[in-house]
Amino acid sequence: MITAGIDMGSRTIKVVLLEDLKVEGAPQLNYAVRKAQIMFPGELDQDQAAERVYDDVLAAAGLKREDVAAVYATGAGRKQVKFAADAVTEMTAGARGAVFFFPSVRTVVDVGAEEGRGIKTDEAGKPTDFAGNEKCAAGAGSFAEAMSRALQLSLQDFGEASLKSDKTIPMNAQCTVFAESEVVSLIHASTPKEDIAKAVLDAVASRVCAMVRRVGIENDVALIGGMVHNAGFVASLKAAMGVDELKLPEMPEYVSAVGCALLAAETRH
Amino acid sequence: MNAPAKYPSEPLKLWKKAKELREQYYLNYARAKENGGLRWSGSAWALDAIPAGLGDDVYSLTGEPYAASIAHDRKFAKSCMDAAESYGFARDLCSYMRIYWGGLHLNKYLFGGEFPKPDFIFQSQICCSHSKWYQHVAKVDKVPDFYLDVGVGPYKDLDASRVAYVANQLHDAIEWLEKVTGRKYDDEKMIAAVKNEMRSTSRWADICALNKAIPAPLDEKTMYSLYCLATLQKSAKWCADFYDELYDEVKDRVARGIAAVANERCRVISDTQPPWGFLKVFRYLETYGAVSVGSLYTFGLEGIWEDKPDGSWGGRTTPMEKGIEIRDRDTALRLYAEWNLSKPQWQHFYDPQLKTDMMLRIVKEWKCDGVMLHLNRGCEGLSLGIMENRLGLSKAGVPVMTFEGNMGDEREFDEVRTQARVDGFMEQLGLRKLAA
Repeated sequence: MITAGIDMGSRTIKVVLLEDLKVEGAPQLNYAVRKAQIMFPGELDQDQAAERVYDDVLAAAGLKREDVAAVYATGAGRKQVKFAADAVTEMTAGARGAVFFFPSVRTVVDVGAEEGRGIKTDEAGKPTDFAGNEKCAAGAGSFAEAMSRALQLSLQDFGEASLKSDKTIPMNAQCTVFAESEVVSLIHASTPKEDIAKAVLDAVASRVCAMVRRVGIENDVALIGGMVHNAGFVASLKAAMGVDELKLPEMPEYVSAVGCALLAAETRH
Repeated sequence: MNAPAKYPSEPLKLWKKAKELREQYYLNYARAKENGGLRWSGSAWALDAIPAGLGDDVYSLTGEPYAASIAHDRKFAKSCMDAAESYGFARDLCSYMRIYWGGLHLNKYLFGGEFPKPDFIFQSQICCSHSKWYQHVAKVDKVPDFYLDVGVGPYKDLDASRVAYVANQLHDAIEWLEKVTGRKYDDEKMIAAVKNEMRSTSRWADICALNKAIPAPLDEKTMYSLYCLATLQKSAKWCADFYDELYDEVKDRVARGIAAVANERCRVISDTQPPWGFLKVFRYLETYGAVSVGSLYTFGLEGIWEDKPDGSWGGRTTPMEKGIEIRDRDTALRLYAEWNLSKPQWQHFYDPQLKTDMMLRIVKEWKCDGVMLHLNRGCEGLSLGIMENRLGLSKAGVPVMTFEGNMGDEREFDEVRTQARVDGFMEQLGLRKLAA
């Protein structure tokens, strides 16, 4: 059986096709990602973009819509996926996906473009508590992106630059607008870019960590979402949370889409 | 296809009367001068039986429910807040206070005409905004003001000297009222008002206690329109009588199994004032079959409670029910002070644990599945310690959802994001949306 999960993020759409695997000698079902695809909708409306990326991933996998048993959607734009059989929140999808990749995980930190959130999960991948940032981008990926623009660095260079700094510059940023003005002040004070990058990522990590602490940090901890690709942020978050290890999935931005596809499959078994 | 109703449901018969009483209250205040009456303004928490001793033609405008009424009118609320901010007041102050001030400066009354100027201010102080709010009104309107300090510590630590501290201020207040109004004070009217307030607030608690029933006979969105009568004039006979009637109707609903939400399958409580312009959040809960059965706010702002012999929480037995005679001013004032100091919604100002304990009690006795905490940026008083409440509830194993907002300032409330939070919380509680 094949199921699909679509994560309609604010910046990108991620779609995953999941298939059952019969493991020899193991009675239980297992799953593997058959195909995954990401899309920047650009000028497209969300519903049109969802249709297109879904068709694209099916074509890439050599499948037709009727080959897919069920499609579940998640993400901020999940209600725009008209062909989805059901929709679940980012908390439910993220927790399920993270526990699929790392069964020992009990705390999931999800930092995407729009929102950062902390999710407490049980061993089945069902969320038992969650907290997220509200009307503030300072705990989300878009914040780091805006700050990298201010420093005229690519997002990847921004993260790598921060790793070269051992300075701690406190930023009291409560929002992107204020933080940008703080960054400008640091630039005018001839502060090295590396130090500014670390200050920004420390600030993001601090806000994310404060959110996660609301639900309580219980090992193991996984970080999912696009910010996993930012090595500087990962280092800052580890330091802020005081954990020895953060579980980092190989496909961090697809974890919630995988969680969705799993939920779709599990309801059909 | 519609999901079949789990329980019978029907509208509240007294709904219309509650609306009429509320409207009459605001019109009475506006028209007080037509027959030589007096007007005063102060908080919904003011000890309003005291001005009642000045006569039957004395009308109040309590600031919080008035501002909440304006908050329903989002356009007018915004113009009021703009006016307050134009005057120089910061946007992060109490939104009720800003709305009230804005209406004052715009000279507009929600119920028509110019803002009716009070003759005096009579105000209790439990939070910072309460004291500054009416200092400004008194200054602008050039009217005398009296402030009652009720910050004597939690009820569990109350002793005779603390009661006397408040009661003595009430004695002072009466002298002050006679002086600034030129009227002779009538102790009999005050004593009658004290008794009315004790009836009102005990009975409201009794009504809330009826919501322990499954299915809940009342939902919190409806309760807002009912408890608000006590925030207007809890010491009035009309208010006490209305709650007696309401108690009978709600008791009858319980006996007949009438539900507020026909598909009730999950019970939650909320906390603090809701975002008044967006009460549809409570209707959104119903799409999951979830009902908010109340909150410490709706139960304890105007309800006075006690531990019953069986260990449950219920309406406090009034001194009259205990056979205590109230014949003189001093006895009335001492009993009245003590009664008010037991108000549940005042306790958390001293220690958030006291509020957590009461919330846990409500969760248990009202058989709730979770708590929705409104991180209300509009009220520093009721939001005080709210994250410690969250921690306490979570530690006790109660699922908690938080959402940010503001009771009066819609600029600080994100409806879509809040609905997304509700979606997540409902999933956490194992619920999916019911068929439309």
